[in-house]
Amino acid sequence: MHSLIAAPILVPLVAAAVTAMLWRQPGLQRVIGLAAAALLLVVAVALLVETASGRILVAQMGNWAAPFGITLAIDLFSAIMLVITGLMALAVAIYACGPGAAERDRAGFQPLFHSLILGVCGSFCTGDLFNLYVWFEVMLIASFGLLVLDRTDEQLDGGVRYVVLNLIGTTVFLLAVGLLYGLTGTLSLADLARVAPTVENQAALGAVGMLLLVAFGAKAAVFPLFNWLPAAYHTASMPVAAIFAALLTKVGVYAIIRVFTLIFAHDMAVFGPILAVVAAATMITGVFGAAMHYDIRKILSFHIISQIGYMLIGVALMTPLALAGSVLYIVHHIIVKANLFLIAGAMRAEAGSFALKRIGGLWVAAPALGLLFLVPALSLAGIPPLSGFWGKLVVIRAGLEAEAYLLAGIALAVGLLTLYSMIKIWNEAFWKAAPAPAPAAPWTRREQVATYAPIVVLAGLTLTIGVWTEPFAALSLTAAHGLLDRTAYIEAVLGAASLQLAAPLLSDGGTL
Amino acid sequence: MNPSLILRTSAPLLLWMPLVVSLYVLVRGHNDPGGGFIGGLIAAGGVLFYAIARGPAAARAVLRLSPVALCGLGVLVATASGIPALLTPETPYLTHFWWFPTLGVTLPLGTALVFDLGVYLTVLGMASALFCALVEEAQ
Repeated sequence: MHSLIAAPILVPLVAAAVTAMLWRQPGLQRVIGLAAAALLLVVAVALLVETASGRILVAQMGNWAAPFGITLAIDLFSAIMLVITGLMALAVAIYACGPGAAERDRAGFQPLFHSLILGVCGSFCTGDLFNLYVWFEVMLIASFGLLVLDRTDEQLDGGVRYVVLNLIGTTVFLLAVGLLYGLTGTLSLADLARVAPTVENQAALGAVGMLLLVAFGAKAAVFPLFNWLPAAYHTASMPVAAIFAALLTKVGVYAIIRVFTLIFAHDMAVFGPILAVVAAATMITGVFGAAMHYDIRKILSFHIISQIGYMLIGVALMTPLALAGSVLYIVHHIIVKANLFLIAGAMRAEAGSFALKRIGGLWVAAPALGLLFLVPALSLAGIPPLSGFWGKLVVIRAGLEAEAYLLAGIALAVGLLTLYSMIKIWNEAFWKAAPAPAPAAPWTRREQVATYAPIVVLAGLTLTIGVWTEPFAALSLTAAHGLLDRTAYIEAVLGAASLQLAAPLLSDGGTL
Repeated sequence: MNPSLILRTSAPLLLWMPLVVSLYVLVRGHNDPGGGFIGGLIAAGGVLFYAIARGPAAARAVLRLSPVALCGLGVLVATASGIPALLTPETPYLTHFWWFPTLGVTLPLGTALVFDLGVYLTVLGMASALFCALVEEAQ
């Protein structure tokens, strides 16, 4: 059991190391990369099976007991995120065998890609705040390398902005970690959850919470800290943009959910309204940003931002249904958003450009691509019976139940505006006549299969979640109950004895 | 840059001296200041000197493996140091074990040293890759 908990970290770590050693053999690197991504998915599914009942898996690395050592703690929410990470890693690893694979692999795509997955998986596994900071740094460094893979001026420009803004974010994170350690004397998430309600200086603790919100918010690209995302994502090569869109911002959302359910749950009277305002502003700015752009990649980038707002509603309201909505929304969104970026890459290969003004007639040239585009596009806008409809339904229902009518109303309106952007892409790229005859796509049969296979599978998953929602919704609800049950988390990591020490404090300030 | 004859001739000597010191720092690091990270940096200092004196290509040749491969090897070695812990179910990953065999003197051996060796190789590889790229740009 111990070995399986560390496996989501070890698999990408070994894959990154081995592909780095095979620097001069890109073909072999690709095979190992694919195998590692598949193995990661298998490991993650095994962990999901173990945790599906709400069990929390804990391992103390190096046998140093919590709160002194680094704890790995995987609850259902972590396991769900790991499965979706494994799925995305595999989909993008296959997609990356498409056009341009040889150049990418020569530039070091495989080691960097697996380092990125390593950082993401580490963030989802860890039960220690400082360790989370370390995984954030791993992710940041790997993502910078991936962003400037083609070494063009445009990429360097976007990459520098990305790194500077993210470095500021992680510096704020480090400041918060230092202050929190000064206030509580611990950085283990479980131990922090135990002592946070008893901290004398609650004002200072609130300030630390605000700093953490800024740090994770910058990572999650929430309003007003989202500028790095549209500045950088459209410059990246397509597999890179897809994995970024799928995972990077969601790690920030995960961190917000994890930290605010565990450490600041007793302080939600302060943070709830702040998160609600941030969520609403993020939804609105993202969707308006998308409405004014005519480059497919930029439209999709801004939609990442607007969708992050939906995920934050769950933390803002902190009810089981709202958190379940967040979890379901994250799962739906990762699949749909990654797929849209993969499709954008295929559209570029078929039509020759990302600029909507310069392409057209794809419905005639590639009708299959049109159908495949409609699935995630309509799901993103929340059209029933696709996955996005259920995600939005749960989130909005939770908003109405918590009497947050304005928030629910904004969520509805943003859904409509999302539809506008998706229809814009449809009209321009697929429906209108091509402004110039598109050059014949110069790709081989194998590249075509590698490009289309993940798109078809992800579209199928979107349909599955849409039509057969019940198990996914039930799993999300179990995960939400697990997130709200802080005592179970503390007990799993620190043992029952530690809980008794703080029991009187938990009974007055700790339960929700 | 145009290194002098003296520098070029003494380059091998000035490569091996930091390497020996780095190994000493690596081994003593467990209870005293030092360890894999600092050891790796000292070794990379020697490689840097060699790269300035005889060119990055010669420095890479001295390392045998390419710097990036060295990084990968280091990560693998460090990862492997945790594997003995997985053989028993009570010990989580990365639990380290120690032996004190007596061969005239008592040798303190442990899997933690393997971990440090991995760190040493990774740092050496990473720093060498950076130095070689920078020296190349300067020339």
